[in-house]
Amino acid sequence: MLSIKDLKVIVAEKEILSGINLDVKAGEVHAIMGPNGSGKSTLATAIAGRDVMDITHGSIKYMGENLLEMDPEERAKKGIFLCFQYPVEIPGVSMVNFMKTAVNEHRLFNGLEPLSAGDFLKYMREKKELVEFDSQLTNRSVNEGFSGGEKKKNEIFQMALLEPKLAILDETDSGLDIDALKIVANGVNTLKNKDNATIVITHYQRLLDYIIPDFVHVLYDGRIVKSSGRELALELEEKGYDWIKEEAGRQEK
Amino acid sequence: MENNHDEVIREVTQNEYKYGFYTDIETDTLPKGLNEDIIRLISTKKKEPPWLLEWRLKAFQQWKKMKMPAWAHLVIPKIDYQDIIYYAAPKQKASLGSLDEVDPELRKTFDKLGIPLDEQKHLTGVAVDAVMDSVSVKTTFSETLAELGIIFSSFSEAVKNHPDLVKKYLGSVVPSTDNYFAALNSAVFSDGSFCYIPKGVRCPMELSTYFRINAANTGQFERTLLIADDEAYVSYLEGCTAPMRDENQLHAAVVEIVALERAEVKYSTVQNWYPGDKNGKGGIFNFVTKRGICKGNDSKISWTQVETGSAITWKYPSCILKGHNSIGEFYSVAVTNNMQQADTGTKMMHIGRNTRSTIVSKGISAGKSQNSYRGLVRIMKNAENARNFSQCDSLLLGDKCGAHTFPYIEVDNSTSIIEHEATTSKVNEDQIFYCNQRGIGTEKAISLIVNGYAKEVLNKLPMEFAVEAQKLLQISLEGSVG
Repeated sequence: MLSIKDLKVIVAEKEILSGINLDVKAGEVHAIMGPNGSGKSTLATAIAGRDVMDITHGSIKYMGENLLEMDPEERAKKGIFLCFQYPVEIPGVSMVNFMKTAVNEHRLFNGLEPLSAGDFLKYMREKKELVEFDSQLTNRSVNEGFSGGEKKKNEIFQMALLEPKLAILDETDSGLDIDALKIVANGVNTLKNKDNATIVITHYQRLLDYIIPDFVHVLYDGRIVKSSGRELALELEEKGYDWIKEEAGRQEK
Repeated sequence: MENNHDEVIREVTQNEYKYGFYTDIETDTLPKGLNEDIIRLISTKKKEPPWLLEWRLKAFQQWKKMKMPAWAHLVIPKIDYQDIIYYAAPKQKASLGSLDEVDPELRKTFDKLGIPLDEQKHLTGVAVDAVMDSVSVKTTFSETLAELGIIFSSFSEAVKNHPDLVKKYLGSVVPSTDNYFAALNSAVFSDGSFCYIPKGVRCPMELSTYFRINAANTGQFERTLLIADDEAYVSYLEGCTAPMRDENQLHAAVVEIVALERAEVKYSTVQNWYPGDKNGKGGIFNFVTKRGICKGNDSKISWTQVETGSAITWKYPSCILKGHNSIGEFYSVAVTNNMQQADTGTKMMHIGRNTRSTIVSKGISAGKSQNSYRGLVRIMKNAENARNFSQCDSLLLGDKCGAHTFPYIEVDNSTSIIEHEATTSKVNEDQIFYCNQRGIGTEKAISLIVNGYAKEVLNKLPMEFAVEAQKLLQISLEGSVG
C-alpha cells in the first residue's frame, strides 16, 4: 500500500529525515517510536503532503502511484488520513457542516452522489456510536473550546466518517488520560480491517498495549535504526532510548 | 507554501463582477454640473411643492460652505462635482395599458439582476421598490400593503400623496446640513423609497429597495425615509449593483429611520456596487449617511450590513437611542479585496435611560485593500444604566492588505457599562491544511473559514438574503486564498 524509499527531507534548512525506508501493506499496523526530535511528525506530514518542507531525495509510492505529485486534498480523498497531534480550531464552522463538506468531497471524488443533510446526520449518528463520540460536540464549531481529550476523540470520529485506507496517528496518545486512551484505541481497533493499514506514531509504548502493532520501528536522528516485532516496544519501555542512540552511534563508526 | 498561499489568494480575489452589464435604454438626463438652476430643474421635473425646493436650496447653500470630510482612513481622489450628471431617468415608452406598465427593457434588466418586477413571480413575499439611476421604476405590492394602511412607494410619489408625513419627518434624523454628503444629497436627491407602517401593524412581508446605477457619468442620490409608528414592525432590505465602468461614480444616499413607541425596524443591506477592477480602476464611491432614531420608549432599530462592493465605502449606520429602554444594533461584515477601501462602522448615541446597544463588526481584507472599522459609543448625561457591547474582529487574507480599528467611547454617565472586544487574525495555513487533509480543497476551505467567521452577522439576515450574502462572500474572495 505504502512504500517509502530513501526519503530525505529538509525543513528550514535542516535535514530532518535522512533516508527513510518503510513498507506498509494492507491489514498491517506499524508503530513508529523514537525520542523527541527524531523526525516522527515530519514523516507523518510528509505523507499527508504539507508543503512546508523540501523533499530532496527518495520517493513515496501509494497504491502504486507517486504520492509526492499529489495535492494534500487528493491524498486525503485517495484514503490517507492524518490524526493530527494538535488539531486546529475553526471558529464559526460547525462540525456537522465541516464533516458534511469533507464526506461529500470524498464521495464526489469516488463518483458518488453527495449525501443529503438528513442522510448525513444519520450516517454521523452511526459513526458517533461506533467510536463513542459525545453527541454534544458535533453541534459545536470545529475543535473550538474542545479539551485535549475531546480533540483527539474528534480526530478518531472524523476518521470513522472518512473510512481511510491508510490512517496515520501522530502522537494521538499525548495528553490523554487512561479512559480517553482506551476510547481512542477502541475506535482505531474497531475501524481496523484487512483492507486498511495504520501507522501509529508514539513516544510511549502505553498506546501499544491497546493498539497491537505488527511491526515496531525506531526512528532516531532522521533514520529508522531498528525494526522488529511488538517486543521491541516493550524493550524500549524498559530500557529507554539511550541504548538505541548508542547502537546507532556505533553503527556510524 | 507562501507562494502557494499567494496564488490561491490571487485566484480567489480575481473574480468577475457578475452585475457589470449595461442596459441600452434611452435616458432623460440633465446637463452635467451642480448649481441652483439644476436643482430647480430637478424639482420642476418632479413637480415638487415650493417648500421642498426651498429645503433643497438651503442645503445647497450650506454644502457650498462645507468641505469634504478628511478624517476617514481613505485616499479619495479629487471629485469634480461639476463633472457629474445629477439627474438621469430611463425613458419609459408611452404606457400601453395600465399605469403599472414597465418598459420591457427595464423589466429585463431587473430580471437579470434577480429582481422580478412581476408580483406573480415573487414567491418569497418581498415587496420591491426598484430604483434605476435617478428614479423609481416600479414599486410592487403597493396595493396589497395599502390595505393594511402601509404606505410603500417611491419618494416622489410620497411627496405627492403624503406631503404632510414627508414634511414632518424629512431631515428629522439626518438634517440637511448634517455632513458634506448628506447636504449634497439633500440638494439634489432625485428619488428613493418611502415607507410608513401605521400603529400596531406588523408588516407581513419584507420591504426592499433595489438600487441600480446604469447611466454613465451619473451620480445616484437617493433618499429613503422609513417611519414605524407605535408598536409597528418592519423588516427592510436594500440591494445595489452597477455596470463596470472605468470612471468612478458617486453614490451619496441618505437613509432616515424613525421608530416610535415600542416600534421595531430591522434594516438589512447587501451592498454589491461595482468595486473597480483589480488595479483599482473604476468603481463606485459609496458615501452614505444612514441613521435611525429610537424616538419612542422600548423601540428598537437594528442595522445589518454585508458590504462587498464599492471602490471606496464611507458609511456609518447609526442609532440615536432617545426613548427609554430603546435598543440599537449594528451587525456588519465588510469585505475588501484588490484595491478597495472601506471606512465603515456605526454611532450609538445613548440619550434615554436603560438604553442598550450591540455592535458586531467583522472586517475581511484581502489583496491590497484597506479595511477600517470606525465606531462611536456616546453615553449622554441622562442615560442612566446604559449598556453597550462592541466586538470588532478583523480577518486578513494575505500580507498586502490592512485592517484598522478606530473605536471612540465617550461617557458622561457613570452608571453605564461598556465593553469592547477586538481581535485581528489571519486565515492561517494550519486551518487550511487541516481542511485539505480532510479532502477539502483550498478555495472551499477559505470559503468555509470566512463564512464561519462572518456567521454571527450572516445569521441576522433574513433567510433568502443570507444565502445570497454567503454566495457573495464566496465570489468576492474568489482567488484570494492562502
